[in-house]
Amino acid sequence: MQKKFRILVAKPGLDGHDRGAKIVARALRDAGMEVIYTGLRQTPEQIVSAAVQEDVDAVGLSILSGAHLHLFSKVMELFREQDIDDILVFGGGIIPDEDISKLKKLGVAAVFQPGSTTDEIVQFLREALGGQS
Amino acid sequence: MQKKSGERKEFLTVSGRKLLDSYTPDNLPENQYEDQIGLPGQFPYTRGVHTDMYRGKLWTMRQFSGYGTALETNRRQKFLLEQGQTGLSVAFDLPTLMGLDSDHESAAGEVGKCGVAVDSLEDMEVLFQGIPLDQVSVSMTINAPAAMLMAMYLVLAEKQGCQVSRLSGTLQNDILKEYIAQKEWIYPPEPSMSLVTDVIEFCTHHLPRYNPISISGYHIREAGSTAAQELAFTLRDGIEYVEWCLDRGLNVDDFAPRLSFFFNSHNDFFEEIAKFRAARRIWAHLMRDRFKAKDERSWKCRFHTQTAGCSLTSQQPFTNVVRTTIQALAGVLGGTNSLHTNSLDEALALPTEEAAQLALRTQQIIAHESGVTNTVDPLGGSYFVETLTNELEKDTHQYIEDIDAMGGMIRAIQEGFPQQEIHEASYQYQKAIEAGEQTIVGVNDFVVETESPIETLQIGEEVQAEQVQRLRDLRTRRSEKGVKSALSALQKAARNKQNVMPFLISATREYATLGEMCDTLREVYGTYQETAW
Repeated sequence: MQKKFRILVAKPGLDGHDRGAKIVARALRDAGMEVIYTGLRQTPEQIVSAAVQEDVDAVGLSILSGAHLHLFSKVMELFREQDIDDILVFGGGIIPDEDISKLKKLGVAAVFQPGSTTDEIVQFLREALGGQS
Repeated sequence: MQKKSGERKEFLTVSGRKLLDSYTPDNLPENQYEDQIGLPGQFPYTRGVHTDMYRGKLWTMRQFSGYGTALETNRRQKFLLEQGQTGLSVAFDLPTLMGLDSDHESAAGEVGKCGVAVDSLEDMEVLFQGIPLDQVSVSMTINAPAAMLMAMYLVLAEKQGCQVSRLSGTLQNDILKEYIAQKEWIYPPEPSMSLVTDVIEFCTHHLPRYNPISISGYHIREAGSTAAQELAFTLRDGIEYVEWCLDRGLNVDDFAPRLSFFFNSHNDFFEEIAKFRAARRIWAHLMRDRFKAKDERSWKCRFHTQTAGCSLTSQQPFTNVVRTTIQALAGVLGGTNSLHTNSLDEALALPTEEAAQLALRTQQIIAHESGVTNTVDPLGGSYFVETLTNELEKDTHQYIEDIDAMGGMIRAIQEGFPQQEIHEASYQYQKAIEAGEQTIVGVNDFVVETESPIETLQIGEEVQAEQVQRLRDLRTRRSEKGVKSALSALQKAARNKQNVMPFLISATREYATLGEMCDTLREVYGTYQETAW
């Protein structure tokens, strides 16, 4: 049997909007993935360390506070500092179009704006992580 | 290409409520008019809290607004007033909502991003410069540190030369819905409730025209609840606050007339109207029958409404103007006392000036062009609307009974009950959208392949640098000794379970920062961590 994908769903920063993160976490579980949800108010350090300890394949960050550029940069920087390049980082939230290219330049694999379906996220992860979960 | 409504097997509201083909007098109980509808301005206020409603006075047009520095927000507030807005409403940034100064390490990247940064009285002075607080009603969306911001507001009013007793406005100060939905908390529930009660008690004695709390369903709905859950959890929160005030020794008729509410207006037009009407009726009965309030003003559920942010789409954003119009109209037909209309760009960012102006214009068109304000409760007596009102009332009572049986709202929150109910509803809603059972125009139907991006408001990182510098300057200018002694008096008062308001006011006068005041109480009350439900 193939290994199940392990995904960390994280809420960085001070933002308390967790509706989307919890829906995504549940939908990924329903799609057969193993999901660890961090809960609210995680620092980039806590998120990166949880990703390493939990040996996840991907980290999804949910940010609706407008602090996405700062928080994604921090997370990407910490992964780079630790020479970790096999954990996929994706995200979603209230993120305007003009910031998406900036986030992609930082190495964020995909950004899901409002209106995205959980199915799109599942498909994206399956394709990006390769194989079937 | 698109499904036709004739193919649908059942017809549901956005909250999943099943509807009939049509409604008749048979759907209504006997004596419905006499017992449950009656006249506007009369118990149980189903048709409105005032006899003449908008014929006498339009709702307050109050756009929630704030970003960047106090100076930028001051400019936006003045712009909105110039454009015909009739009340102010301040949005604070996340560090402020969490009781952290802009130079706290957790504030990095967040300063001024989703509201205005306020670190001390000095920022409040700038925020309201040229805005006389005794002439405009101001609503402040602040909860965990509501008492601290209220202290700043009071000291500022004094400095402006206003009589504090003449201030009108609203402090959100609703911590229960933070644990349930919005999740911006500092302290555990009990000490937080005690702080809320301190504010209500203080305002009851000193600010007779001010609403010291806005018991809010808005955020509960945004988190994904149904209409009935929004109504039920909000009103059950209201019961909890009343009980705390009574336990404090306050007389119900001294504080209840100033309790105010805040609801969401979502897409489902008639269900939302019914929700607003049901809210008034249920609250009137609760206050009169459960709490034995004698003053009619205690029975009246006065509320602010905001159109549903969660209903906005990032796709084809101009469609949001239409959604907002329908939702705002539901608020008005539901008899709201105050209204915020969302801007078309808010699924992407905070609104630009143009978008905020159009949102305000939407209200003005409803008020001055549509004619819906010319008679009170024009939908009263509609078989459908009255039936929906009855159904929402019934569902709400069921939830209230369940939560009473759990031992109250704090216990229910600790058990994760409202949180889980809301999550389940939000997941079902998402599934309905993804299955195409719930159409969202531009998202899962009527989609366009390529869209031209709209301009959004950008808030730069320099806001944080500016705030940090202001804090540094403030700390060198003020009397450290005065701050220290005011904070230690505050801590002592909290340990002795005295009302902390006078002590927060003293600390504010010394220019203690928000973070310092909140930290002082963190040492007494501890902090709250959520179990991740």
